[in-house]
Formats: sequence, C-alpha cells, structure tokens
Amino acid sequence: MRVIRVQSEDFDAAAEARKLGAGRCDIGAVVTFVGLCRDEGGRLAALEIEHYPGMAEAEIGQVVAQAEARWPLLGVAAIHRYGRIAPGEQIVLVATASAHRAAAFAAAEMLMDFMKTRAPFWKRAVLTDGTVEGWVEAKADDEAAAGRWGG
Amino acid sequence: MKAVYFAWVRERIGKSEEDLAPPPGVATVGELIAWLSQQGEGYAYAFEKASVIRAALDRSHVKHDAPLAGAREIAFFPPMTGG
Repeated sequence: MRVIRVQSEDFDAAAEARKLGAGRCDIGAVVTFVGLCRDEGGRLAALEIEHYPGMAEAEIGQVVAQAEARWPLLGVAAIHRYGRIAPGEQIVLVATASAHRAAAFAAAEMLMDFMKTRAPFWKRAVLTDGTVEGWVEAKADDEAAAGRWGG
Repeated sequence: MKAVYFAWVRERIGKSEEDLAPPPGVATVGELIAWLSQQGEGYAYAFEKASVIRAALDRSHVKHDAPLAGAREIAFFPPMTGG
C-alpha cells in the first residue's frame, strides 16, 4: 500500500499507520514519524508553507519509489501539508511498514531526509508580533543528512 | 515556454508565472537564468546569486547545464525547506 498526499488539512497519523497494516498479517514493524510546527520559544505565530502543486506529489512519489527499491517495504504513507500551520500542529507524516524494524526505521529516516531537501516546499515564519520573518533558509545539516543515502 | 516561480524568487520577480520567449541561443537552464537576469530589476534581484537557484523542467529537478529543448514548463525556486 502506498499513500502519497499533499493537502492543507490536518491528518490522523494513527489512522494512516493502522491502514498500512489493515487486512494483512505479514507486517512486523510500522514506524511513524510526525513533524510538528515549533513555536521557537514563543516567537512564532505560524508557518506558511508554499508548494509546487503537481511536482510536490511527483517528487514525494519518486522518493518513496527509491525507498521501496532499497528496502523490503510492505507499505508507505507520506503526507505533507501546505498553507498556514500553527505551533503544535502537524506538518508532515511518514509511515513505513516492513516485516522487520530495521528496514522500517531506515526507510522512514531516508524518506524524511529526502522530503526536506527534494520535495518542493518552502516555509516562511510569521511572528507573534505580526511581522513576517521571511523565508526559512535551507540548512546544510539537512543537505548532509540527505547526502548520507547517496543517489 | 511557461515559467513558474516560487517563494522568494516569486516575490522578487513579482509574479508567480508567465510565458517566456527567450531568443535563439538560450539553450540551457543556466543561459535562461542569465537572459532573465537582464529583463529588469526584479529578475536581476531574484537571480543575483544564480548558484543558489534551483530549477525544474516539467516538474523534475535539473542542474543549470540541462538543455531546455522541448520542455513545456520551467520552474525556478530557492532550496527546499519542507518537512
């Protein structure tokens, strides 16, 4: 099972993870990662996330295909939100299912590293004083994390 | 060809998309960036550090030396910050 969605509305992480295993008995491990919006010590009122419609879904699909080629995955869900997201809200979900935990953990980590650096999304911070801080800069750490996986 | 812009590239140029008709001789992504940079202040500002600009042809990431040949849509944007 493969779920790829780009949406403005929130998602139910537990329900998505449950769906991966529904009706089958060969899955031994499901890893779920949820990325949340931080308030940056109270400074941040919201994130505004822009995306490239069409390419965002396609790029996540390619990243998922790479993970499926590398590990014996039995299910993957990848969901990324766009629009205005308040602190405490969910931004991104990656869930991976496999027979054993090693593949599920590794695939989830790779998927997140690639979602951050390859999927066309851009974040902008809106501060609690009402000002728009400007676009979040890409981090060298994120690029390095994605580089670990090659390709 | 259709051009689409995102994040601060879009803001600096002042529009999210447009149709481009570059002159013959503009054959690669990098050459298109160089030509666009000459099309006004907003473009010059958007592409002032050309090396940081990311591009996609028909919704696939490409490098600046990629040929434009046959592409219907080109996108320019800053490095991604999703997740």
